[in-house]
Amino acid sequence: MKPPPFDYHAPHDLDEALAVLAGTGGDGKVLAGGQSLIPLMNMRLAAPAHLVDINRLAGLATVEAGADGVRVGALARHAEVERSERVAQVQPLLRSALGHVAHPVIRNRGTVVGSLAHADPSAELPAVLAVLGGSVRVARHGAPPRDVPAGEFFLGPLEPALAPGELAVSAFFPAVPPRTGTAFVEVARRHGDYAMAGVAAVVTLDDDQRIAAALVACVSAGPVPVVLDLTAACGRRPAASTDWAAVAAEVRDRVDPDGDIHATAGYRRHLTGVLARRALRIAAAEAAGEYGWTDER
Amino acid sequence: MSGKRGWPVGEALHEVSLTVNGVVRQARVPARRLLSDFLRHDLGLTGTHVGCEHGVCGCCTVLLDGAPVRSCLTFAVTVAGQEITTVEGLAGPDGEPSPVQRAFAECHALQCGFCTPGFLCTVTALLRDNPEPDELHIVEGISGNLCRCTGYQNIVKAVGRAAELAREGGEGTA
Amino acid sequence: MSTRLFGEPVARREDGRLVTGQGRYLDDLGHDALAAAFVRSPHAHARIRDIDVSAALDADGLVAIYTYEDLPERVRDPLPLLIPHPALTHGRTAYPLARDVVRHVGEPVVMVVARDRYLAEDAAALIEVDYEQLKPVVGVEEAVQGAHLVHQDVPGNVGAHLVQEVPSPGGAGAEQEVDAAPHRLSFRLDIERSASMPLEGRGVYARWDADDGSLRVYSSTQTSTSVRMAVAAKLGLPLPKVEVIAPDVGGGFGVKIVHPWPEEVLVPWAAMLLGREVKWTEDRREHFVASAHERAQVQQVRVGFDDEGRVLGLSVTILHDHGAYTPYGIIVPIITATQLLGPYKIGAYRVEFSSIYTNTVQVTPYRGAGRPQAVFCMERTMDKIAAYLGRDRAQVRAANFIQPDEFPYDQGLLFQDGRPLIYDSGDYPESLRLLKELVGWDDFHEVKAEAARHGRRLGIGIGCYVEGTGVGPYEGGHVQVTSDGRVHVSTGLTSQGQGHETVFAQIAATELGVPLDRVSVVTGDTRRFGYAVGTFASRAAVLSGNAIALACRKVREKALRVAAEALEADPRDLEIEDGVVRVAGNPGAGVPLATVAVLSNPLRYAFDEEAVRATQFAGTADLSRPPVDDGDEPGLEGRDYYSPVRSTFASGMHAAVVETDPDTAEIRILRYAVVHDCGRMINPMIVEGQIHGGVAQGVGGALYERMVYDGHGQLLNASFMDFLMPYATEVPYIQTAHLETPSPLNPLGIKGAGEAGVIPVSAVIASAVEDAEGIPVDRMPISPSELHELRRTSRR
Repeated sequence: MKPPPFDYHAPHDLDEALAVLAGTGGDGKVLAGGQSLIPLMNMRLAAPAHLVDINRLAGLATVEAGADGVRVGALARHAEVERSERVAQVQPLLRSALGHVAHPVIRNRGTVVGSLAHADPSAELPAVLAVLGGSVRVARHGAPPRDVPAGEFFLGPLEPALAPGELAVSAFFPAVPPRTGTAFVEVARRHGDYAMAGVAAVVTLDDDQRIAAALVACVSAGPVPVVLDLTAACGRRPAASTDWAAVAAEVRDRVDPDGDIHATAGYRRHLTGVLARRALRIAAAEAAGEYGWTDER
Repeated sequence: MSGKRGWPVGEALHEVSLTVNGVVRQARVPARRLLSDFLRHDLGLTGTHVGCEHGVCGCCTVLLDGAPVRSCLTFAVTVAGQEITTVEGLAGPDGEPSPVQRAFAECHALQCGFCTPGFLCTVTALLRDNPEPDELHIVEGISGNLCRCTGYQNIVKAVGRAAELAREGGEGTA
Repeated sequence: MSTRLFGEPVARREDGRLVTGQGRYLDDLGHDALAAAFVRSPHAHARIRDIDVSAALDADGLVAIYTYEDLPERVRDPLPLLIPHPALTHGRTAYPLARDVVRHVGEPVVMVVARDRYLAEDAAALIEVDYEQLKPVVGVEEAVQGAHLVHQDVPGNVGAHLVQEVPSPGGAGAEQEVDAAPHRLSFRLDIERSASMPLEGRGVYARWDADDGSLRVYSSTQTSTSVRMAVAAKLGLPLPKVEVIAPDVGGGFGVKIVHPWPEEVLVPWAAMLLGREVKWTEDRREHFVASAHERAQVQQVRVGFDDEGRVLGLSVTILHDHGAYTPYGIIVPIITATQLLGPYKIGAYRVEFSSIYTNTVQVTPYRGAGRPQAVFCMERTMDKIAAYLGRDRAQVRAANFIQPDEFPYDQGLLFQDGRPLIYDSGDYPESLRLLKELVGWDDFHEVKAEAARHGRRLGIGIGCYVEGTGVGPYEGGHVQVTSDGRVHVSTGLTSQGQGHETVFAQIAATELGVPLDRVSVVTGDTRRFGYAVGTFASRAAVLSGNAIALACRKVREKALRVAAEALEADPRDLEIEDGVVRVAGNPGAGVPLATVAVLSNPLRYAFDEEAVRATQFAGTADLSRPPVDDGDEPGLEGRDYYSPVRSTFASGMHAAVVETDPDTAEIRILRYAVVHDCGRMINPMIVEGQIHGGVAQGVGGALYERMVYDGHGQLLNASFMDFLMPYATEVPYIQTAHLETPSPLNPLGIKGAGEAGVIPVSAVIASAVEDAEGIPVDRMPISPSELHELRRTSRR
């Protein structure tokens, strides 16, 4: 289990990185944290001819939390984002999801943007980006960067909307609007494993404490994060009188997960429903200003 | 250069210089040399073990600029110029074992010892960041390291004991 | 200072080096060695049409490529079948490199040697093997249909078939007793595959010394002496010219007892041929597909019992999946068949097994070695009897227990060593009493009801076992006291983390009356001890421990004799304390063991202070006797062997409380309690560590680990991402209590402890989940997904 050889490039700034990447003619891979890429290379399931190492691009190691949201640079490690109090204030869903990303040691090295660019539908962060309606900023040599909305970024399993020569330089996670609660729950076989099912939920209340918007993104429920708008299903009622079981049933009916060696498709579907109900209730409670719900199983 | 088109003869070598356990060390290696192999085979520091080479077992965990990382999921060339601490560097300058090392022995927190260096590095950083962890934090903190021998109970105990020893000694654990 | 170290929780002597990175495991050796890698079969069953190495010949750093055709006589022969058995009528072993046909994914086909492992893998990837795919045979029930064959000359894929029958005291057979019993049940049970999965894989490193004509081999093995014999025979070398050393071994759990592995033959052979050091370090993917697995069985049970739940007749039919080859014979199913009865007196017992070939990785012992399956069968049976009668599960077990006054108790079976299976000692009622107290068995219904009021689902489970440990034929120990007063102990069997250096030193220090720090222990190094069997079957402490004690007693006797002369005393009045031989009750007169060591050797060159000092004790030589008397030897050393007449039987009982989530079907172990009896404990800290580790592996086998083969014989989860060994987050806190029923069979009164922890866990967890859910659990492991499906199907 040793990686195959490759041409190694270690650019020192973004322009150089983009130029190098453009020159690899589509046979190049970007190396940031490497926590998904290097295992594949060690197993020789990936053999890129060129590796463009962006670890010297200090300008990408940024985490900026402003009133409108959090922008995470391509070199920001999971652990930095997870630890940032400012990020937790602006967009608490990030911290609650990051706690489920593999194990702490992996989070020390792995990057948030790398995880998005890996586009694994079993991973937590794509679902977070999707449910929040965030975006990924994509740069290429000789062209202005473009922002790709989450809904267009995840094309299929391990298939991000990144053309050859393109680099995901940052991701933007919009802030929580007022009267909004979020939650992330998942069930994995072992602590830290990819989830058999997981749900990120965002619930916004109106002035009368009724549910004005309810959105979930489901992990491991399809080829990409499955975003479902449940606002109508919630029926603009106060959280306490919302029929969460019916809402969860709708989620269960609308996802179409695959089975694998860890869980049957039927179980994943069932579990997604259970978790949607839990996540929505927690998010709604948080939106209503009721705290201390996060320990609910 | 890719696998499908035949392997290169005479792969390009990179001069990689790292500070390992406080000493500047260097070697000329291919870009694909994993940090784990660099430490073990190029520098002869065989205390860092390799148990899976896909980042799950944690045996190869070392401290990179103080933070525990998987050396099997890191190319040596990527971290050139940075500081690495391995199990060989955990003891004090006079060779006195660190509180974590002492606690592991005291609590019978190892059997075959193969996973131990990874645990020691992980726990060293854990206690530096959180000198008085409760059991939940301990379990979460070591949850990315596999041990096939101990059942973890004595490892959890050892982490608590190491925290005690560090406090008694009035010293840091790193 | 006390030298009674036996029984004390002495800190481990191994740990100093292991916590500082100074351990030396296989891959830490041979810095300049060439690296080997293997091209392995990607198919479960295929005929090799052609091997094209041409593309690899120009690979950077390539040194050699070998296929079956390149191997010389003996090296090319099929690997040995280690433990033949009359019932194994169709034993088959692999060639070291595949010849014509591959029979499982991972079978080695081509060996590549290159400058380093990266380059060896590069070259291996360029070798093209043309396969004609054959129909793979997967799953024992498909295999016994015999529609397709793993080996063309093994009809029905049946490697072995064995029946053992123990009639009732009245002479009736088990089937007859079942038929006549007041109550009868019949059911089917399933256990899936898991594996030892030590964190250090296998590995071999060989150095050939052409000048000396000698070979030194390091192997991460559980038996260096047997690897040595195998390598010498395969390579045609005189045995004294081959040395095999097991360095620090990063876990074994059974998989490293198999020998010789193909790589253990090929790597030394290549080293000789090339005149270069060669090393192969198994990587994780190789370990999954090219070492060994265990556990998979399908069991059909018929049981007849009375109103008290006493078993009158038990008939079990087992289909055992032994994979593609049988290098280790049929030890695993024999153990299942013979250890199934546990602590119970069964009216009549019949067990029949068929050991079946499939196109999967071979099956050889993994910690527990057939016992987890046996206990799963017996304990599920007990639970089903209790459920049927509406009785307490512990009570039904107690009704069947062998009583303390019934030992030795002959189960009427032949054990794995071919000797009668006679339990030597134990106290099962007391074990059960301790366990019930530890886990709160009698009050659990209240706990459960209280939890239910809060919407929580709790269940409690129990499992009992008896474990034959310390099988023969023998182990030996050698003890030498040198003139510096140090005690050098060696034994041939190996260590892979159990702390042998510590416990054997405790035994030697206690027997010889010396401080612990004066004792050093070497294991698994044929340069120090040539005759040994190996570390498996919970036998190291029993066999080597007793052998070392006996060797120490020889040394002690000589030390007293020599010291008696020097002190002009009667040896019977002497004792050794703190390394000094002295007259009992007279602290003044004494002679240190160091001096005794010098006195034991008439060659008195004064190389050190002790030798100088010893001259003051040199009495007048009796000129009528030779300097070394007839029957005596120079030096203060002793060698002895311990060869047990039969195995000694440890026992234990576990209980667990689990919680199952009514919605997600997640299963959490809230409490885990163990009562364990391994006779006298040498070091309770180490025994407890063995139990913890065993239980953790048991939890893996009960809730997480399985080898998932698809219909094509592809192993779908050959990585730590998907083969789910428990982390700290998955293993419960384990409460333990000990009972010490000494074994009457050996001088130290000890029984084995290494495997115990793992044995009943699947049975216990199944019992607890069943109690929580009220649904029969007949298949292990069980995942949340499977529990969910069980709930669905049982609702229908």
